[in-house]
Amino acid sequence: MTLNGWLQILVFIGIVVAVAKPVGIFMTHIFNGERTFMHFVLRPVERLIYRLTGVDEKREMRWTEYAAAMLLFSVVSLLLLYILQRVQGHLPLNPQHLPGVDSAGSATSGFVGSAFNTAASFTTNTNWQSYVPETTMSYLTQMAGLAYHNFASAATGIVLAIAFIRGIARRETDTIGNFWVDFVRCNLYVLLPICVLGALLLVSQGVIQNFRPYDTAKLLEPQTIQVDKKDANGNVLTNPDGTNQQEAQTVTDQTIAQGPVASQEFIKELGTNGGGFFNANSAHPFENPTPFTNLIEMLLIFTIGAGLTYTLGRMTGSQKHGWAVLAAMVVVFFAGVVTLYWYEGHGNPMLSKLGADQSVTALQPGGNMEGKEVRFGIANSSLFATVTTDASCGAVSSMHDSFTPLGGLVPLANIALGEIIFGGAGSGLYGILIFCVLSVFIAGLMVGRTPEYLGKKIESYDVKMAMLYVLIFPLVILVFAAISVMAPSFGTSQLNNAGPHGLSEILYAFVSGAGNNGSAFAGISANTYWFNTTIGITMLMGRFLMIVPMLAVAGNLARKKMVPPSLGTFPVTTPLFTVLLVSVILIVGALTFFPALSLGPIVEHLLMYAGKTF
Amino acid sequence: MIKKTKNMAVWNWMIVKRAIGDSFIKLNPRAMMKNPVMFVVEVGSVLTTLQMIYGIVRPVPGVTNLKFELQITLWLWFTVLFANFAEAMAEGRGKAQADNLRKTRTETTANKLLSDGKIQVITAPQLRKEDVVVVSAGEFIPGDGDVIKGVASVDESAITGESAPVIREAGGDRSAVTGGTRVLSDQIQVRISSNPGETFLDRMIALVEGASRQKTPNEIALNILLAGLTIIFLLAVVTLQPFAIYSGAPQTIFVLVSLLVCLIPTTIGGLLSAIGIAGMDRLIQHNVLAMSGRAVEAAGDVNTLLLDKTGTITLGNRQATAFFPLPGVAESELAEAAQLSSLADETPEGRSIVVLAKEKYGLRGRELASHEATFVPFTAQTRMSGVDLDGREIRKGAADAIEKYLAQFSARTPPDLTAIVERISREGGTPLVVAEDRVALGVIQLKDIVKGGMVERFNQLRQMGIKTIMITGDNPLTAATIAREAGVDDFLAQATPEEKMRLIKGEQAGGKLVAMTGDGTNDAPALAQADVGVAMNTGTQAAKEAGNMVDLDSNPTKLIEIVEIGKQLLMTRGALTTFSIANDVAKYFAIIPAMFAMLYAVNGGANGPLSALNIMGLRTPQSAILSAVIFNALIIITLIPLALKGVKYRPMSAASLLRRNLFIYGFGGLVAPFIGIKIIDVIIHAIGLA
Repeated sequence: MTLNGWLQILVFIGIVVAVAKPVGIFMTHIFNGERTFMHFVLRPVERLIYRLTGVDEKREMRWTEYAAAMLLFSVVSLLLLYILQRVQGHLPLNPQHLPGVDSAGSATSGFVGSAFNTAASFTTNTNWQSYVPETTMSYLTQMAGLAYHNFASAATGIVLAIAFIRGIARRETDTIGNFWVDFVRCNLYVLLPICVLGALLLVSQGVIQNFRPYDTAKLLEPQTIQVDKKDANGNVLTNPDGTNQQEAQTVTDQTIAQGPVASQEFIKELGTNGGGFFNANSAHPFENPTPFTNLIEMLLIFTIGAGLTYTLGRMTGSQKHGWAVLAAMVVVFFAGVVTLYWYEGHGNPMLSKLGADQSVTALQPGGNMEGKEVRFGIANSSLFATVTTDASCGAVSSMHDSFTPLGGLVPLANIALGEIIFGGAGSGLYGILIFCVLSVFIAGLMVGRTPEYLGKKIESYDVKMAMLYVLIFPLVILVFAAISVMAPSFGTSQLNNAGPHGLSEILYAFVSGAGNNGSAFAGISANTYWFNTTIGITMLMGRFLMIVPMLAVAGNLARKKMVPPSLGTFPVTTPLFTVLLVSVILIVGALTFFPALSLGPIVEHLLMYAGKTF
Repeated sequence: MIKKTKNMAVWNWMIVKRAIGDSFIKLNPRAMMKNPVMFVVEVGSVLTTLQMIYGIVRPVPGVTNLKFELQITLWLWFTVLFANFAEAMAEGRGKAQADNLRKTRTETTANKLLSDGKIQVITAPQLRKEDVVVVSAGEFIPGDGDVIKGVASVDESAITGESAPVIREAGGDRSAVTGGTRVLSDQIQVRISSNPGETFLDRMIALVEGASRQKTPNEIALNILLAGLTIIFLLAVVTLQPFAIYSGAPQTIFVLVSLLVCLIPTTIGGLLSAIGIAGMDRLIQHNVLAMSGRAVEAAGDVNTLLLDKTGTITLGNRQATAFFPLPGVAESELAEAAQLSSLADETPEGRSIVVLAKEKYGLRGRELASHEATFVPFTAQTRMSGVDLDGREIRKGAADAIEKYLAQFSARTPPDLTAIVERISREGGTPLVVAEDRVALGVIQLKDIVKGGMVERFNQLRQMGIKTIMITGDNPLTAATIAREAGVDDFLAQATPEEKMRLIKGEQAGGKLVAMTGDGTNDAPALAQADVGVAMNTGTQAAKEAGNMVDLDSNPTKLIEIVEIGKQLLMTRGALTTFSIANDVAKYFAIIPAMFAMLYAVNGGANGPLSALNIMGLRTPQSAILSAVIFNALIIITLIPLALKGVKYRPMSAASLLRRNLFIYGFGGLVAPFIGIKIIDVIIHAIGLA
């Protein structure tokens, strides 16, 4: 750990807090339908879209209608992406002539449910990638399929958060906005303009944007590797003992993947999607070339989550509450990054025992550098990992699997808390607001009134829906993970590591899916029929089964009367509320996952200090 | 009856005895299912019991540990029983009171008045609504109803516990009589207003007994939260077994059930219904009958209190507060004349003049018998009273009456007098002019006196965010003065029932909850509209039907206490919920390291790495699990008095209340089990249980 590292982390937090207000104000204007400086250009476009699609701009929707529109849109989008993947081999913009996903000639040599997994993954803003993009997806699929979803799923999340805020802010009404109008405005005024400018900025830093076939370069230093020996028909030859025969092969060429990266990169972070254009994601120099782009990318991940807290305060007329929620996010985020940086900075004690020098010097970063991009080092890798898992982004700049046990616990725990610390674009805000509702309900009685949140009484229907929201998350994770660890044939056999580390890998996969994060702990071969299907289902449940009860709460809150605030009102604007909210988030998360985590990263950490690794 | 039981201790032996029996009756699964948290514990207890029996029949060497298993099973059953006991204890007090009330419900006969004017003697249960009965002195009133003819003094002690008789008369707001009360004098005709089985006494018995108790909205919501948490923990524990098997450390059913029971919120789950019953009970201790638990909850939520001025805020009668002499007249001279004129005046106003003169000038009420004194009583015509004494002619009365009186003798009203009178009126007082020998001396100021302590109370209410509105028939000027003196937030002057109704609806439209008291028939619509409507027991039947609470003491000030009881009920619920959830952290630190104590132990070492989480230093895995289960059971018993008495309540702002309670029950709930479990571990180790 270095002072420089700590300062970078603090500067990062400072910028995040500073952007919250302008972003929040901007989004408030857009979703309230107020004029902004962009309206003279974009308003006619917006009108045209409504005329072409037959959307009545003035018409408001009940929560059920809002949910139905959102689900309909998502299902259609999901099907389109599925079909696009399967037929990409027959479509243009495919210079590498990549076959359809799940087809016999594809990277998976057959059907393993990969196209379904990917369609579910990008529709749910998860961007879990069980495939290797460079060898699987054509440029057309990347742009029209994946990048499209990066915008669509992010906008869906954002407008849902706005609908929830409206539920709190409005009173005695049945409606919470119009999904189509919100969706169009979100893309047209918020996401697209920022991303167009942002992509240009990234290109200026060296991010590529082209449709060229992959380049081939001669290696300066040819390498010899061992590969399976094959006969003339391409069948692998085996030894008498059943193992594959090996032969030496000399590699002289390197394939350098190309593509329209910049246009996808910016929305990947801003929309907390996280699906990399390349397998190496944000560790790849074409995605994340400089320290400056690294900072930008990390900031983008938090931008909308932070901004929405300000929008919350603005729209509900309680700005201090917005700040209290942001403060809770900052507190948990800071605790995470400190822990992660601390343990990564200290490295593996077993190496020290063997005489390895893990201290920081002018010549070495010290600590645990395994799985980290040397351009970013420990501080920025720790920061990136915390940011990408606090928000449900899932873009990665280092291998989380290679972190120290407690270092790896941080990303896992961050996602397990429900992706509400900044969280996914929009989904983070409505997630933490559900926790606000629960905090108010649990502790609100202690002020001697039935619980009320920003003037809205929290009653049994709200609690029922909020609990449903909270319940679905551990349900899908724990059930699928439990089945996977009990199944040697399709579950544990896919693990690279045994013992607690293997458990962490399986847990991480399902936690990441349900949390719609999409980052991988890796160390698990997830491109199998079982994992593609179950993680696909996990992602869909973790997104849509949670959205429906959330919208039900929003619709129900909108219907209620507003109790005017008084001295007797439960305070949701104070530091004490921030403490309460953080406690409820941590306790609910910890109580749910502590037993499983204690058998994963925690015991692994203790074992590492006892001299045993996995 | 009720007053006698008022100071019943929490641990009354009779109640405890009955409650112990009830705890076992309540084990019936059909009853338990209403409480999902405790139902899960019961199912867990059955599971461990069956497993234990199986272990006795077919012990597995090295696995079966009967001593441990028996203890776990017993303590799990205790957990269920303790929760049942808490509920039975809360019900016990009400049941004892109901028994007492039943004894007073004697079989009475009724003298039914037939349409031809004849009397038919029937038994009380034969009476129906709209029947008219005649009740004479010494007889019990056979049913609830309204006096339609006559006046009588009635002994209502059976209902209110108040032994002083009350007057009941036809017409007006004192016409309601209750079945089971006794007429002491005179004869009245009563129109019966309820059928047998629906009488006030019947309802009262049902209420105190808790027979008609339904879960209140907030209780239902809280139950959903607790059920949700229970399902989450069920998931966490059920899926822990596969993870444990994967890790090579499968767990026994005893350990898994123990972990589950410790994690689910049994403390609040076990005490929740007891808290609700105790809240109703506390109201009954204050002689208030809440017709539904919903009303008690609403009382805690009240934003606006409508308080009648007379009798609630002020003492109810105007009292002399100052003498204002005219120029050239000594104040003591005015006081003396005023006192003399009032010596025979038995009205509260008159007496207050005598008292004020005595207090201010040491003028003692003189023995008038020795003098030649003729009293002039107040009449509606003259609107004056006074005395003719030793040739002095002293009169006092309203300003215009005295003016008229002086004008008879062509004495002009001095302009100074008019000025004083106007000023007193403007300030909300009532001026009484005193004249001696046809010359005005000055003015006595009569004022409504605000009850002692009201200013402080309204201040407290304001700190709790509750707005008080004074309702009065006075003119706005007078009302404003009293309102200022009493420190209420607002007032409604020249209030009519319609105005009152409009005020309530206006407040409610703004999302506020309104509480009010009332007794008259014309209060009924407003009482029904208000979220908390407290009818006075002395009031009409219509008022009692309309409100959702009845104050047997007929004391309107009690509205404030009712609000406090409602708040206390909600606070107790919140405090124990927070405490219960915070407890879980420590239980994890007891059980998880115990479950996996041997996991990944290096080369036969005694302890695996997860023992590092055993931060309490519990002796053995068995004693750790047992201690957590025992703590979990005992905490329910320990908290029964708190659940029944309610958490300490102090009027303060929500922010300070939250800070205080979050520290005590949140932080306290985090720390307490660490200490408790450690102590239990030391004890059970010392006596060799584990």
